[in-house]
Amino acid sequence: MTHKAGWKRWLFQNIGFATALLLLIVLFLTYNILHPRGFSSAVAIQNSNETAAIAFVAMAQTLPVLLGGLDLSVGAVMTLTNCVASELLNGSPWQILFGMFLTLLTGTAFGFMNGCIVVYGRIQPIIATLATGAIAIGLALLIRPKPGGNVDDDLGWALTNSVYDFADTYGLADGGNAWWLRPFADIPVPIMLIVFVAVVAWVPFRRSVTGRTVYAIGSAEGAAYMSGLPIERAKIAAFTLGGFFAACGGLYLAIQTSSGNADIQQAGAYTLNSIAAVVLGGTSLLGGVGSAIGSLVGAMILRVISFYFRILDIDPLLQPLIEGVVLLVAVSFGAFRTLRVKNQLDLFR
Amino acid sequence: MRMSVAPENRPIVIASLFVVVILLAGTAYTLSTAGSAPLLSPNYLLQQLQTGSFLGICAAGMMMVILLGQIDLSIPWTLTAAAMTATAVGGDLALPTALGVGIAVGLLNGFGVAYLRIPSMIFTLGVDTVLRGLMVAQTGGFAPQDTATPIMLFLAKDKLLGIPVAIFVWAGVSLLIALMLTRTGFGRSLYATGSREGAAYLSGIRTKWVIVGAFVISSVCASIAGVLLTGYSAKAYQGMGNAFLLPAIAAVVLGGTHILGGKGRYIGTLIGVVLIVLLNSVLSIMQMPEAGRQIIYGSVIIGMLLVYGRNQRVTS
Repeated sequence: MTHKAGWKRWLFQNIGFATALLLLIVLFLTYNILHPRGFSSAVAIQNSNETAAIAFVAMAQTLPVLLGGLDLSVGAVMTLTNCVASELLNGSPWQILFGMFLTLLTGTAFGFMNGCIVVYGRIQPIIATLATGAIAIGLALLIRPKPGGNVDDDLGWALTNSVYDFADTYGLADGGNAWWLRPFADIPVPIMLIVFVAVVAWVPFRRSVTGRTVYAIGSAEGAAYMSGLPIERAKIAAFTLGGFFAACGGLYLAIQTSSGNADIQQAGAYTLNSIAAVVLGGTSLLGGVGSAIGSLVGAMILRVISFYFRILDIDPLLQPLIEGVVLLVAVSFGAFRTLRVKNQLDLFR
Repeated sequence: MRMSVAPENRPIVIASLFVVVILLAGTAYTLSTAGSAPLLSPNYLLQQLQTGSFLGICAAGMMMVILLGQIDLSIPWTLTAAAMTATAVGGDLALPTALGVGIAVGLLNGFGVAYLRIPSMIFTLGVDTVLRGLMVAQTGGFAPQDTATPIMLFLAKDKLLGIPVAIFVWAGVSLLIALMLTRTGFGRSLYATGSREGAAYLSGIRTKWVIVGAFVISSVCASIAGVLLTGYSAKAYQGMGNAFLLPAIAAVVLGGTHILGGKGRYIGTLIGVVLIVLLNSVLSIMQMPEAGRQIIYGSVIIGMLLVYGRNQRVTS
């Protein structure tokens, strides 16, 4: 097979992701052209800061969706880890690092618990996570009954600005002036963090047997079982990794806002937005098709749309309506599938 | 002697037992702390059921959609939109307006799910966001009338024969839904479509119409709940429906309706609602802080489902 044919096949298989990526690029470039200070580091830093948390939560939502389920607790786990982080991210550098570790561990353990309930309790993911989400919110409220927190100022500054500021804060690479840091100096740290987590956690997972099993379960669980794939391990691993991603979101939110907030409404909003981001990113809610990278793109699309309200002179009262209509129209594009179907029965799955 | 219970009735029996356990535990608590048993007084129970009727009506509608294996995430703002539009119109037209909003939203949801074939999870979420946007836009520039009309106040607050009218409304909705599920062709089609849409389609059921019908019922139920809640709190306000979505899903599932569709009895949903309402009221009698409530609430759902909500293991 020629190289070109392989490329075409990839496009055909990932049409949802490719469309989303194209949409994001167009939206983002237009935004920067319209913005009076477009294409500057400051704008990129601001944008990426506001995107990071929802991007992580969208990645977290991807895994259960790939299984053909849904995780209604991602927002709550993010809130829980956000509150944990707001208590622990202070003191000496080692204490801070240990706090980060504990925060990520909390989310991962919670994801593991979700996985165990789904696998060994044999409860549908959507309803199991509805319940564990309530538990996560309850724990978050125990830890932080009122919004607030104590997060190290240097850390908050270093991780929410450009790579130069990061190096400057911690006196690395000649205070950010080293020649080899120059090409990266203007890149916002949150983007680096997202890419880092995606490359270190998602890519190896997807290529592993466990990761491929997740896709197989989403396509046809019976077939995956008969092929001898490790179904239980894959399900638990998917929820655990989801919990880890959600914890990354909570950790970042704590660093960004220097506080924790056990807000039920906020948790619900993050969960619902994560579903929207996952769908926009080309992942099928029926399972088996999609990727966390797609959800990343989907989350960015959602955020860029809201950035437009700042530069275009739109009545603030109309913003929720426009956001809703854009979301509804975007997901309605999925309806084109029905036009291609030759046999009515193929519609029913 | 060992009692045998049909598998489809097990959730109902166990949930009913748990309701009794909640009542006994709550009574034991109040007896030991205050020396009284308010939980067992008919007036207190009627009052709890009155506030529970909003959730009950939402859950009744939600059950129709869950029986199809779908879900309706637009309940919160359908409820709110119906209530706010109705109070803005006011007068005698308020009730028809609320129902009209419900029917319109249901038709839209049904169209998206049945004809466009977009998963209900995301389509109804989008509709919910749009409705929220509409309400923000409507109320933002000026303040439309938001006080409840006399008939709303009557439906939600008044008493008939010593029993709150809201309970009669809930009972009426319940009776209609129960009869529809067991005695009509539409009810049968609902179960058939939920079990396997392809098979239902091949046996001559117009499955798309069934889906649209279920979503219309769900939205109309939400709008009725909106009318009652407006009457109860004397006005319509933004976000009034937010507290009903997840408990409604939980009530339906605790009542034994399968989340993937095709199985479930209405009496189960009724008991699921009573369970959640009583659990909430016992926790508030105990003055449980919000954190503890959430944890207990989640644990109860998990615990109950571990007892009777388990799926078959996939082995082929």
